[in-house]
Amino acid sequence: MRLRRALLGLLGVVLLGLAAFFYVGRQPAMPAIQPPLPASFAAAEVARGAELVRLGNCNVCHTKQEGMPYAGGRPLQTPFGTIYSTNITPDLDTGIGSWSQAAFLRAMREGVRRDGAHLYPAFPYDHFTKVSMGDLQALYSFLMTRQPVAAQAPRNTLPFPWSERALIAAWKLLYFRAGELKSDPTLSAELNRGAYLVEGLGHCGACHTPRNSLGAEQNHRYLGGGESEGWQAPALNAASTSPVPWTTDQLFSYLRNGFVAPHGVAAGPMQPVANNLGAVAEPDVKAIAAYIGAIVGPPTAHRQGATRLPGTDGSARSAAPVPDASSSPTSADGAAIYAGACALCHETTGQHFSAHGIRLTSSKVITMPDARNLAHVILEGITPPDASPAALMPGYAEVFTDAQITALMAYLRRAFSDQPTWSSLEETLRKARQTARER
Amino acid sequence: MFSLKINGRSQQVDADAATPLLYVLRDDLGLNGAKFGCGLGQCGACTVLLDDKPVLSCLTPITVVAGRQITTLEGLGSADNPGPVQAAFIAEQAAQCGYCIPGMMLRAEGLLRRNPAPSEQEIRAHMNANLCRCGTHMRILAAVRRAAHAMRSATADPARSQDARQ
Repeated sequence: MRLRRALLGLLGVVLLGLAAFFYVGRQPAMPAIQPPLPASFAAAEVARGAELVRLGNCNVCHTKQEGMPYAGGRPLQTPFGTIYSTNITPDLDTGIGSWSQAAFLRAMREGVRRDGAHLYPAFPYDHFTKVSMGDLQALYSFLMTRQPVAAQAPRNTLPFPWSERALIAAWKLLYFRAGELKSDPTLSAELNRGAYLVEGLGHCGACHTPRNSLGAEQNHRYLGGGESEGWQAPALNAASTSPVPWTTDQLFSYLRNGFVAPHGVAAGPMQPVANNLGAVAEPDVKAIAAYIGAIVGPPTAHRQGATRLPGTDGSARSAAPVPDASSSPTSADGAAIYAGACALCHETTGQHFSAHGIRLTSSKVITMPDARNLAHVILEGITPPDASPAALMPGYAEVFTDAQITALMAYLRRAFSDQPTWSSLEETLRKARQTARER
Repeated sequence: MFSLKINGRSQQVDADAATPLLYVLRDDLGLNGAKFGCGLGQCGACTVLLDDKPVLSCLTPITVVAGRQITTLEGLGSADNPGPVQAAFIAEQAAQCGYCIPGMMLRAEGLLRRNPAPSEQEIRAHMNANLCRCGTHMRILAAVRRAAHAMRSATADPARSQDARQ
């Protein structure tokens, strides 16, 4: 009898706990509205919002390949499964047409959908919560004046338990802190502006800060290098492995133009970011560069040493490697592949071509901790952003076999960096081929 | 010494491992279909097929192609017996100066071997890698559509397929 009562009690506690969990696991729904008339928004606010969506890169995730802008549907591969971006055009049924400004503000600042369900932090509200009320209102004005597009985002393919949105409530308790970013009176106005853009709308840390096993950014390794779409997002702090130390001016040109000598082009997931920053007010890009420049700090002695051109300091590295005569001509001869496929564009010949690549001694991807980005660049090449008349690097996915690519990567690492040999290049390449196919 | 399989024939080539395939085709083997345009992988005039996939032969060292199937313009047909892609380019008169056309044909052939019924969007995205300075793009696109159609009807009708090859 006593046992039965105890069991019943336990069951009661469990039920109460579940009820409480599902209660906090959902917020109240906000009433649906009829889409407001575009004319009801002030033109100046809409224009300000247009600037802010570029700073926030909303278009990048919320537009699928060859899809309508902001109509969503783009797959985002996460360690937990695939999440599809949603339609944020003001379509009544499939977009955010029925969202009041209050519902939009809650989504941005608290990560809650209009119907009260929690949003996955793949939507970086941990950053957007830092954005000012005024900026969020301008964003709302911009989005609600877009052409409505009827497009239902595909269902996320997240296995149980990640498929349960109620769990996000627990995630938020552990990792999410709501609230606008306070400006730091000890910093200049420009650095404060940079911090606001980088930590808020720009959500740079979403890719450039490493995440823990539950997908939360590790704040003690802020901007210490993360990942994005199978690419490595390099460290932007003192852990940067860039062979040439970044200066604030270089950061500005890179972010503004998508290219700066000697670092090279913004490639992979960074390309659309630089594309957006090419179209916003210049002082904002300067502020971002100043803030990142302050975080990356002055070059360490090691990295200062690395700016010396190889070959001039008696190091084993050679600026213009030639095929090793002693090696037999096999089908996976990294040096010969470099000489026949890469050197023509990547070495200065004295001739002025429009299509020169950077010298590989200053290549960021060859000094990175793993070969992911180099594999992506070799496989996919680098295509200039839509309709821009710039040189492209052709992709070699169909040209080189796996053995040839791993031989080339090992050779490039040896010849153009002073970093230790990469391990498991085969596995790195296999994954890069897979993510290249999925995109 | 490298052994290359070009248009179904085995050829021995004595050249440096880093020599671009384009130079070997033109200078050593007398296969002048592939053209030298920019030599920097920007224009596509040197396109050939490697294991049925279009590649830029100016940036492909012979060491990587040894033993793999290479198809050049000469492998698509001849002036007397043009293959379906070549016949379509002739029918559409898809050339002005013609310098880019061998590369265009091989690029198109690569698409049609993989996808016999490409959409307009797929054709445009695929052909985007090759440049034509004369501006015959609309005719080139028409030729690719015509070739796709001709190749599909040929597969649907074995008798005509025989015809097309003769």
